[in-house]
Order: sequence, then structure tokens, then C-alpha cells
Amino acid sequence: MEPLVQLRERILARFPGADVTVLPNPAPVGQDSLVIGREHALAIARFLRDDPELSLDYCSNVTGVDWPQQEVIETTRVTQPDPTTGTPKVYEQKTKRLTPAFLEVVYHLYSMARQHGPVIIRLRTGNRTDQVAVPSLTPIWRACEFQEREVFDLFGVTFEGHPDLRRILMWDGFKDHPMRRDYVEPDDYEWEPTAHDDVLKKAQEHLARAEGRQP
Amino acid sequence: MNLESGISPAADRSAPALPAALPPFNPAANAQVREVHDPFHGDLLEVSMGPHHPSTHGVFRMMVTLDGEAIVKLKPVFGYLHRNHEKLGENTTYLASMPYTDRLDYLNSMTNNWAYALAVEKLAGQPVPERAEYLRVILAELTRLLNHTCLAGFLLQDTGASGTPLMYAFREREKILDLFESISGSRMMCNFQRFGGCRVDATPDWLAATQRFVDGYNEFLDEYEALITGNEILMARTQGVGVLGPELAVNAGITGPMLRACGVNYDLRKVDGYGVYPRFDFRVPLGDHGDTYDRYMIRVLEMRESLGILQQALRDLPAGPIMDPKAKIRGLKPKPGEAYGRIEGPKGEIGFYLISDGSANPYRYRVRPPSFVNLTVLEDMCLGQTVADAVIILGSVDIVLGEVDR
Amino acid sequence: MSDATAQLAETTRPEPADTPRGASSPTPSPESPLISEAERDELRRQGILLTSLEEIYNWGRSHSVWPLQFGLACCAIEMIAASMARFDIARFGSEVFRPSPRQADLLIVSGTVTKKMAPQVVRLWNQMPEPKYCIAMGACAISGGPFKQGYNVLKGIDRFLPVDIYIPGCPPRPEALLHGLMQLQQKIRGQKLTGPDAPRHLRADDPCAYPVPEFGERDLVPPQNPAVWQPPPPPVRPAS
Ligand code: SF4
Repeated sequence: MEPLVQLRERILARFPGADVTVLPNPAPVGQDSLVIGREHALAIARFLRDDPELSLDYCSNVTGVDWPQQEVIETTRVTQPDPTTGTPKVYEQKTKRLTPAFLEVVYHLYSMARQHGPVIIRLRTGNRTDQVAVPSLTPIWRACEFQEREVFDLFGVTFEGHPDLRRILMWDGFKDHPMRRDYVEPDDYEWEPTAHDDVLKKAQEHLARAEGRQP
Repeated sequence: MNLESGISPAADRSAPALPAALPPFNPAANAQVREVHDPFHGDLLEVSMGPHHPSTHGVFRMMVTLDGEAIVKLKPVFGYLHRNHEKLGENTTYLASMPYTDRLDYLNSMTNNWAYALAVEKLAGQPVPERAEYLRVILAELTRLLNHTCLAGFLLQDTGASGTPLMYAFREREKILDLFESISGSRMMCNFQRFGGCRVDATPDWLAATQRFVDGYNEFLDEYEALITGNEILMARTQGVGVLGPELAVNAGITGPMLRACGVNYDLRKVDGYGVYPRFDFRVPLGDHGDTYDRYMIRVLEMRESLGILQQALRDLPAGPIMDPKAKIRGLKPKPGEAYGRIEGPKGEIGFYLISDGSANPYRYRVRPPSFVNLTVLEDMCLGQTVADAVIILGSVDIVLGEVDR
Repeated sequence: MSDATAQLAETTRPEPADTPRGASSPTPSPESPLISEAERDELRRQGILLTSLEEIYNWGRSHSVWPLQFGLACCAIEMIAASMARFDIARFGSEVFRPSPRQADLLIVSGTVTKKMAPQVVRLWNQMPEPKYCIAMGACAISGGPFKQGYNVLKGIDRFLPVDIYIPGCPPRPEALLHGLMQLQQKIRGQKLTGPDAPRHLRADDPCAYPVPEFGERDLVPPQNPAVWQPPPPPVRPAS
């Protein structure tokens, strides 16, 4: 199969102005992915499926990933002459940076006709609160139907154009999206006879809350 | 029913010409659902099958709308066994998730283990010694036998052949479970694979017992087929019921025996060639009609192929270590990155998608459950059929709720 | 029958037959049965079977416990295995798995009860006619088991239902289920028909139906049934 960089070129030639970047994967498998902007996502997905060389007719896996805002500290080394002696000296500069917060939907595409793959594409939402919509790829691959519903249920990504976007695993009327990283689970650790580790901590917190103390 | 082997001769068969326009999406929406009360035909009837229903293989629920006896709409309802597998996986270490994978598809713990171990090995770049690869193949094929045998029993149970076929199936299942128990210490929850190998080695006694079992299994299959396969009632109930076309099957991401029953040649053991599968000589059975009977037959034929693989693997099993000596199991902290590992489970493609942020717990832990995705086309297969057929069609999809809801 | 009768005799004590149901009765001391075991044996050898209504009633009930055909998760597979060829639960009179709760005596909660499923389980229990019994099979049904920390997992079905027998294991082997069933049979055989120890289904104040929890915004409402289960005081105050 053609390398992703080349594929990106072809997509850009077909859809000028589309927002497509290659996201390298540092793991040894080297499953790099394409991050695709929301506007052209549906058209690009259709291209990926119908292009005779790729013919990615099989969407295997759809999943969400939550990326909340995080503070990353980046260390850069700069060489500067020492003001007193004038000899070059290495300084470490630490810069704090806030990562953008967004939700991501990852699609693993394969081709059954040509038996190659995977091509991994990622769609990203604007943020985690109000701009959580991405276009649904269910009209392209029917396989996304339930999996996108699951991402909606557990992560809170809304899929525009999904024919039946309802909660799938939790009950209707459930608030919150449990797979988000800042989800707070209901406190039902009333009784833990053999608590240890995490459960012990949660049981202690429950006890503190029951007694009116701050956990 | 015909058999085709290998990738090349069937490559053109597995390429269903995709229509340039979108495939007809969700035919249920277009189906003629009568809304108004019609004095001649009566009202539509909405039936909630499940979550407690003897035919649904667990806590699965279908909202079925009936016109007389024919199904005009069917909406599956999930989540009654949603055990938060993925959340738990993100809160525990890589190793501690291994026993949880046993409980995904609780009939096939060995293949779940393997898929997870494969994903972690891809993530961490971990090689696996040869003997362990052979052991994995042996155990995975035993698991396939177990799953397909149970399925054949349950499917017959669903058609109303209450008791006898299932008794036969479970008799054989106990024999496989004995093998599993003696190698891993547990009947169902084997927790056997590790990143970079297997947990315990097979003893010569165990191998001899497995050989004996494999030698005798064809006999059981012959017996079972004599009892079932040519049975007129089974044919009448299943042939032409729940037909699934190859285009829709590919588009809907169907995998495993269900896909191959539609005639699409896609078996990850051939396509990905993971483990040592390329060394074995086996064929991929393909169906012609995509109906319930084909789905049953494919499984029977796959069992026969599995027996061939088992014979070869037992014959060629090399000596050597079962664990890569450099492998890190406890306290594994893969470098940041992501990996998707998939294998051909008995129910279809089971995959694990892992994102590591360099810590001891995966940042994202995702299971790609085959039977959950295979249920996508349940409605399409059931439309126009009767309620009793819906039960068999669901049975032939072969779901396990632990995996569907996770 | 003779063995069973002999066993039953130990747990029997005479009771005035006309004691009103639920009222406390003057109980004769259990140490002095009207007839000794040796005498009963002697009579039996002569072809005379001495028994009481309670004894024969409980004997009959305990050997035909019909379970509900109700599988929740992995443990259900072992429950099926227990009813199949090798383990053969029919030896204990319980092979008749009824699909309808109206015909069942025993609810085997075999597997993880999620919060989404819990109202359905309680409803099934309510639909079963008395006398009914409940077995919590497996770690999940007892306490949530390996999935205890899941946000959608109920931490033990005993928060909503009165459980008679707990079978630990993950999954319990079929033998363990059979053992649990035998324990249940013993429990049934020991039940009194009259007097203050009469079982739940013979008491006038018995709540045959248990409140079914509702789906709330984050959890079940209420999260447990206080009439059935209340958290015991913490055994040791955790050091904080
Ligand atoms: S106790 Fe174990 S085997 Fe039983 S349902 Fe729970 S996880 Fe599955």
C-alpha cells in the first residue's frame, strides 16, 4: 500500500484546501494516522472507500479518545555564553504549555478487496464542551453505526448525519459520559469487607463523606 | 457450499463491486411500516424480546415490531451487561487487564488473551519465541472448536431441538475444558498468554492427551453431522432464512464465519498471517448463499480445518523456551505510541487498540468486539421474516453478551 | 426415601398443629422429640413410616426446585454446564429450567448484575411465586467481583433481593453450584411451617414484592433497598 505521505498528497490534489496531516506513531508497529479536518471528512472518507487503488471498503474499529487539557513542561537546551566568563554554557529552559482539549474519533480502515491496511484516520472536535460535533461516517461504512453510537454514549461526541444517535450502553436519561477521563463515578462504596488499594481509598472517602468530613 | 483455498484464487470473489452511490442505508427506514389502524389487517404489534428471554443468549433485548407474524422493524437494545471493561482497563496495569480479557467473550478466553497479548507486543515491540507461537495456535484452534461446537448446540436449541444436540456439544466442550484446565488451572478463565510468550509450558502428557482428543474429534463431528446436518427440519428452518449479501456484509464490517458464509474470502489467519499461521496448510471454507444454514455449515467446515491445523501444529511443535527471556511482564511501561492488534477469533476479528502515554496503565484501552459489530445487520437479516426466525438468525450470528456490551 | 427421612427427623420437632400462623407458640424443647431416632428406625423396619406433614412437604419441595432459566454473564455458562451431560443437575431434581418466572422456584443470579439490568432482575423476582429462593452465583453476583469498580456494576444483588445461598468463585465450578443447591435443599428441609421461625412466605407481613429501583441520572434510585440490605458499621475505622 502507498505510504501515508503520498496518500495525503493525493487527497490534497483531489480536495484542495482540505486539512489533512500525518500523525506519526512512535511505537514500533508504525501505524501512523491521518488527522482529517471536519469539513472535508465525509468527502475524503468516500474517496478512501471508492478509490480503486485503496478501496478501503471495511471499517474495522471506531473508537473515541478523550484528550483533556494538560499542562506539559517542555525542556529545551540553549547554549549561551556565560555573561561573566564568556564561555559557552548550556542552559535548560522550561516552558509550560497547555495542550488543547478535544475529543478524538479514530477509525481503522482496511481493504477486504485488496487485503491491505490499516489506514487510520482521526477526526477531532473543537473542544470538549460545546463544539463536540464531527461528521458521521455511517453513510460511508455501515460498520460505524453502533460504534459511533457507543462513542456518543461514552465520550459525548455528537455525530452529524448519524441516522439514529441515541445512547447505546447506558440507559436513556443518564447524564455524563463515563469514558471521559474526568468522569466521577457514583459513590457506592458503603461496605468493603476486604478493601485494599483503590477500593480502600474509595471506601475511606465514602466514610469521610458520610461523616461530613472532607475526604 | 464450495471450498476455496488460499488468497490468490479467490481474490476476485472477495472483491464485491461496490456501487458508486451509497449502499441502501438502513432499509428499515424505508420499509413500509403501516402506521394507521387498518380494520382488515389489525394493528402492528410491538414485542420486547429480552433482556430476559430464553432465546437471546444472555441479556440481549430486541424491540420487534410485527405485522401479523412478519417483522417490519427490529431494534436491538444493548448495555444490560455493560461492565465497564474499557474503563477498568485504563485504570489498571497492562498485565492486570489480561484476566479481564478472559471475561469478554467468556467462551473463548484463549483467543481474547492472544489478541490482547498481540496488541501489547506490537506496542512494545516484543518478540515471541517459536514454541509459544505454536502453543498459541494449538490453544486458539481448540478454542475455535469449543466455540463452534457450542454454537452448533445452541443454534439447534433455538430451532427447538431442545436438549439433545446441546448435550452432545457440551459433552465435547467438557473434554476441551479438561485440557484447558490441566494446562492453565482454570476451566473457563484461562488467563494464559503473556506479553512475549505463554504462562506455562505444555507437558508431554498434555500434548499426548491433546493428540488423542484431536484424533477422536472427527468421529464426533461425523456423528453430530449425521444427526443434524442433513436433517430436513433444520434445512427447512434455516435455508433461505436471514440472507445477507456480500456487499452489505463488507460495508457493515461483518467478520468471521458470518462474513465467509456470504462468500467473501477474508480470514485474518491468511490475510495478516499473524503468529505462525502461514506455515500451516489449511483452507478457508466459503458459503454461497449467506443464509443461516450456510453460517451453520461454515462453522462445521471450519472445525474440520481446525483439526488439520491442530494435527500439523502438534506434529511440528518445536522445543525451546515459551517466554522471551528479555520480556517485561510486570511493570511494563511501553513507550508512548499506539497499536492496534487483531486476530481471527472464532466469532470474527477481535482487536485491541491501545494508546500508551509511557505510564504503567494504558491511556486508552479499546476492544473491537466482533459480535457487537456483527449485530449491525441483524435488522436487515430479520426484516420480512417471522419472529421464530429472528431467534434462529440471532443464534447464527453467534453473540456473547460479555463482548457485545463489555 | 429412608435415608432422607432419617436425616429429616433430626431437624424436626413437634409442634401443635393449630398454632396460628405467625403467632408465637410455646415451643417444646427441641432436645426431647416425641420419638427417638432408634424407635423410628425400628418402626421403619416393621414397615411403618412415621412422618409429619412438615417433613414430607419440605422433602418434596427440596427435591424439585425448579430454577429460572436466566443467565446473566460468564457464570451462566457454568450453570448450563451443570445441567448438561457430565454434571447433570437432574440428579438433584432441578433440571427443569423454566423460562417463565411464574413457574420457577429458584432464581440463580448467575453473573454480573449491572445497574441497567438490576431493575429487571428485581422485577423477575417479584414475578416468581412464593416460596422462592435466590442463589447468588459467582463473585459478581455477591459483590461485583472483578468488575466491582465499574460505574455500571451493582455491588451485589443482595442490595435488592434477599439471597439465600452465596456461591463464591469466578466462575464457580458446576460442582460448586451443585453444592450450593444441596445447601439450599438442606435449608428448605429445615424450614418450619408454623411458629416464629416460619419462613418468609408463610408470614403475613411478608413483602412478596420488592420495590423496583428506577434509573436515575447517574445511579439507580434508590441505590439499595434498605429493608433488605444496610451497610454494616465499618469493622475497623480506617486510618486516615
Ligand atoms: S463471577 Fe466471574 S465468571 Fe462469574 S460473572 Fe462475574 S466475572 Fe464472570
